[in-house]
Amino acid sequence: MNGFGGFAVRRAAGAVVTLFALSVIIYVVFYVTPGDVAQITCGPRCSPAQVQQVSAQLHLDDPLYARYWHFLQGIVAGQDYSTGTSVQHCSAPCLGLSYQSDQQVLTLILAKLPVTASLALGSMVLWLVIGVGTGVLSVWRRGRLTERVLTTVTLAGMSTPVFVIGLVLMIVVCGQLELLPFPQYVPFTEDPEQWAWNLLLPWLSLALIESATYARITRAAMLETLAEDHVRTFRAYGVGERAVIGRHALRGALAPLIAVNANNIGVLFGGAVLTETLFGLPGIGREMVEAVKVVDLPVVVGMVLVTGFFVVLANAVADVLYALADRRVVLT
Amino acid sequence: MSEAVLAVETPGADAPGVSGARQFWRRLRTRRAALVAASVVALLVLVALTAPLLTALEGQDPTTYHPSLVDSARGGVPVGSFGGIGADHWLGVEPQTGRDLFARLVYGARVSLGVALAATVVQLVLGVAVGLAAGLGNRWVDQLLTRVADIFVAMPLMIVALALLAVVPTSFPRPVLVALVVGLVSGWATLAKLVRAQTLTLKEADYVAAARLSGWGTLRIARRELLPGLAAPVITFAAILVPTNISVEAALSFLGVGVRPPTPSWGQMLTSANVWYQAAPQYLLLPAGALFVTVLALTVLGDGVRTALDPRAASRLRVGTGRKGGRS
Amino acid sequence: MSDAVKNAAGSPVVKNAAGSPVVKNAAGSPVVKNTAHDLAVKDAAGSLVEVDGLTVDFGGLRAVDGLGFRLERGAALALVGESGSGKSTVASALLGLHRGTGAEVGGTIEVAGVDVGRASEDVLRRLRGGTAAMVFQDPLSSLDPYYAVGDQIAEVYRVHTRASRRAARARAVEVLDRVGIPDAVRRSRSRPHEFSGGMRQRALIAMALACEPELLIADEPTTALDVTVQAQILDLLHTLREETGMGLLLVTHDVGVAAESVDEVLVMRHGRQVEHGSVTEVLGAPRQPYTRELLGAVPRVDAPRVTGAGSGAEAGEKSGAGSGAEAGAGSGVEAGAGSGAESGVQAGAGSDTGSDAGSGAGSDGSGEPVLEAVGLHRVFGRGKKAFTAVDGVSLTVRRGETLGVVGESGSGKTTLGRMLVGLLEPTAGEVRHDGHTRVGVDPAVQMVFQDPVSSLNPRRSVGESIADPLRARGERDETRIRARVRELLERVGLEAAHHDRYPHEFSGGQRQRVGIARALAADPRVIVCDEPVSALDVTTQAQVVALLAELQRELGLALVFIAHDLAVVRQVSDRVAVMRRGRIVEQGPADQVYDHPQDPYTGQLLAAVPALDPEVAARRRSARRRAARREPATI
Repeated sequence: MNGFGGFAVRRAAGAVVTLFALSVIIYVVFYVTPGDVAQITCGPRCSPAQVQQVSAQLHLDDPLYARYWHFLQGIVAGQDYSTGTSVQHCSAPCLGLSYQSDQQVLTLILAKLPVTASLALGSMVLWLVIGVGTGVLSVWRRGRLTERVLTTVTLAGMSTPVFVIGLVLMIVVCGQLELLPFPQYVPFTEDPEQWAWNLLLPWLSLALIESATYARITRAAMLETLAEDHVRTFRAYGVGERAVIGRHALRGALAPLIAVNANNIGVLFGGAVLTETLFGLPGIGREMVEAVKVVDLPVVVGMVLVTGFFVVLANAVADVLYALADRRVVLT
Repeated sequence: MSEAVLAVETPGADAPGVSGARQFWRRLRTRRAALVAASVVALLVLVALTAPLLTALEGQDPTTYHPSLVDSARGGVPVGSFGGIGADHWLGVEPQTGRDLFARLVYGARVSLGVALAATVVQLVLGVAVGLAAGLGNRWVDQLLTRVADIFVAMPLMIVALALLAVVPTSFPRPVLVALVVGLVSGWATLAKLVRAQTLTLKEADYVAAARLSGWGTLRIARRELLPGLAAPVITFAAILVPTNISVEAALSFLGVGVRPPTPSWGQMLTSANVWYQAAPQYLLLPAGALFVTVLALTVLGDGVRTALDPRAASRLRVGTGRKGGRS
Repeated sequence: MSDAVKNAAGSPVVKNAAGSPVVKNAAGSPVVKNTAHDLAVKDAAGSLVEVDGLTVDFGGLRAVDGLGFRLERGAALALVGESGSGKSTVASALLGLHRGTGAEVGGTIEVAGVDVGRASEDVLRRLRGGTAAMVFQDPLSSLDPYYAVGDQIAEVYRVHTRASRRAARARAVEVLDRVGIPDAVRRSRSRPHEFSGGMRQRALIAMALACEPELLIADEPTTALDVTVQAQILDLLHTLREETGMGLLLVTHDVGVAAESVDEVLVMRHGRQVEHGSVTEVLGAPRQPYTRELLGAVPRVDAPRVTGAGSGAEAGEKSGAGSGAEAGAGSGVEAGAGSGAESGVQAGAGSDTGSDAGSGAGSDGSGEPVLEAVGLHRVFGRGKKAFTAVDGVSLTVRRGETLGVVGESGSGKTTLGRMLVGLLEPTAGEVRHDGHTRVGVDPAVQMVFQDPVSSLNPRRSVGESIADPLRARGERDETRIRARVRELLERVGLEAAHHDRYPHEFSGGQRQRVGIARALAADPRVIVCDEPVSALDVTTQAQVVALLAELQRELGLALVFIAHDLAVVRQVSDRVAVMRRGRIVEQGPADQVYDHPQDPYTGQLLAAVPALDPEVAARRRSARRRAARREPATI
């Protein structure tokens, strides 16, 4: 499929450009904002002399583009930092050193990634099943009571903030009914069963909220497809309602679902901030909140970039998948 | 919210039918759910606007500490039943600080609605301006602006918002900052893409060509012919934006990076609510309930606005052969 | 079409000329296919279709009112009518497609012995596609865009038989090949948007054939197609009927299409039957006034243009409340007032003369040129994707004359039109106005657009739309503006009092008149009409065409009339240019081009136009067949 291959390449190139532009914007915003960058980076315990040193090291007197260039260099080739007492080498891709812990930002992020990934992927499975299933059910039973109930529930789901549902779930399930202990993260490699049990509540909280949106999208897309001419054709050929809904109407919802899902996953990979905070999961999102509270700038910027990377990547993949799902797109 | 959701849920992109303002109001009036939602929203707005009045009636204010009303021996649990409800404090007091809950709630309404509205305005202005410019401009302008919008669509809202809120010094007025951050980081880019797509479609209409043939210039055509056609999708989108912005503000406050104390915010009140739910359940239930009701009402209202603007969406519920009758 | 094609498993499948082997119909009894396509003898089981007292109501609006007819096995009937006549509703009712939509269907419908109104869901499902199959109008939207065409046909096949997936796919390839799609095996894996318009329609017909139905219902099967492709599709339908003995119910607004394909015609209007008889009867010697009117309004490609100035005046008719009073004798003809939106036609508006849009003055080609195109080129896209829409076109339009530009889709005529008015810049060449090169728009050159829906801003009153050119010129005096608007409204045959009504309150024909009024408001010297009547019913078409001719005569306008309908173009033009793939292949006085075409393409176009006389139609069909054998047509 020559046309398709070209399409994929074009999208990939576009993604790279977007990522690049994103990094410029973020860099500019954070390192140009008011506040002494050197002071913030070095931290409150630095002496003025150390701050000076950091300032020189960060090339703060250089024009902006030079600083950005050094930043890029760091990503590609690594950098050396001296934080007052010693020199530390930060290997490529280098996103800086956390001033709190002197750890490499990237290492920090990668250590927390499995938690976030576990949360994201597990929720995804759940929300797809619940969301799409609810959508299909409400279309299958349209005009009846079931549909109205589902629509109302969906609406309620969309209107509840995730931390409220999570709270309620925790209180009810762990506190009152004592069905589960309060969640504490157990790595998959240690104990798969415990890993799953502990993640069950976070998964459910996220999934219940997200599935409401998915149910709505599925339903809206399916209803729109059902009103189209080609469905009329198949009805006119005696195709049963089940096939019409399951095969033709649902197919029409595939493309928007792919797009939304990819975006969601991309964002979640950068850290499901609220859920992680609520359930105390040591993931990227919670790390971000902590870093923000103490203004650990390298960590903050690094995480924004990593999340941006995931989102751009996910959107690029989504574009390609979308084109696979709807071949007409390639022609544009 | 992503593009695909909007592509599916926002109508009017090529609706040829005339839905003048009068028809719109008429249709809106017939939907009961939307009317109920509208009254709830109106009530909330009223409460927010008259917050000082209401608290003056009660005789309290949201920031005064009342240490005597909490039992520090038991960790700050409010004295009295139901968390200290009484004639003085209509809804009880906040654990640990003893601040009046009713006052904090109504002032919190101000923050939630105010920030959300301000953010929405920012998103609308930016989105429509960029979208129009991209749709009307030449290829370079269009490509550039679309690329910029793509970047902003890719920006993960919570993360970037968190980061920005961390970096800007606290001297900057916080609620304004939150509104700006929420407005600038997300939402407008998707609106811009929508406006651009709609502009491109409307641009091709024959009556626009006819206007050009009459001798009108681009700006005037944009104003007279295109903007009215944009009203429907933009309004629909705005109706989705407001509840989203409320949720985002609540989330940021929940995390502690939104409005700073002593300004009350519903999200903020939920930060420690899980600790107190047994002793003072209303401390959890009230802000959570308020949030829920607000977002729900706004979403239902948004739904109603959407179907009032594009009745075809509603009639699709009756699908036999998919054709509305009358076409021979 | 080959005689043998390999199915997916690799073994050859042989088709005989008499059609496929005997199959069982829904009732279980074997049905022998008829090889003759003339009126079949009613067999013992009853007619193929029996409709009696059919009424269809959509929420209080009666779309079909007491219709009744019979269709014998193997016979062909056309339901002919303008928009709003109810013909498509009848077709849908035959398959029970109104069930569940809220429409109320009364009367009885029997298809192959099945009482459609009372049948159970199961029986109905078996009927649909198994016994009677429907081919819809727009093949692009009628097929599922996400699945391969072969898979869709296979799906339908498996619904009605217990075939395996492989057998179903093989059947799909078989029928695709049968309808003349080359490389059927590969094509069956393509998606609809990868097919051309004609091929898509063939694919739809293939789907209809898959389960060997006894009845084929075709709802405007060729309306969206070019005239040459239309001819191929109609020929295909004819051949298939010959081979399988299928009955055909054809729904169309185009009388010529009916003449080509069927034995019987039923004319409908406002949901009622106007006339019913054999093709030669109805089209050759119509009894009802409405039928005569309908036939009279059909432009003929072979009738020479009448240059008499008199008939033009009669063609102007009243607006708004349909005041056409027809002496309504005979069955089912509505006398007088149609619905408010439809403009009534006065009896005798050119119904007896072959054509009536004579534009007498200035047709001798001696007026000075007002608009010239010199070597116009227009390329879209860049590099490999560059597409030349217009490739070196030069023409001249003189004062008081009508230049017709005729071509099929993709010929570049619309692009040319837009360049002539200045909406599109040519990539090479220039447009001259009164001898001076002109760039961009000029109020002296105006346009009338094709689509009555999108040519007027739906949010503004028609008066405002008409006033637009006046305001753009700087006119500020409201009274003068209002007076001019009212004057223009009356000039185009509408009521001046309606100036603050909105477009949706008018019919298509009336909206086109508003568009003409708006063009006139700029006091132009040339009006370029881009398919101005294609979206209108044939009777309304005649009126608008007459209006244009009248205005031309009065105001000395030059007209450029762009259309794909050869007959209409002949009716209005003094000179004609034939376009193909961006070039003008032939140009000259209308009579000369039509009666003695030089270019083979022009000949091809003319041969493809449906004739109103069935005998002529049959002759043309055999001519086309002979030509196709010599030179296979490109689909």
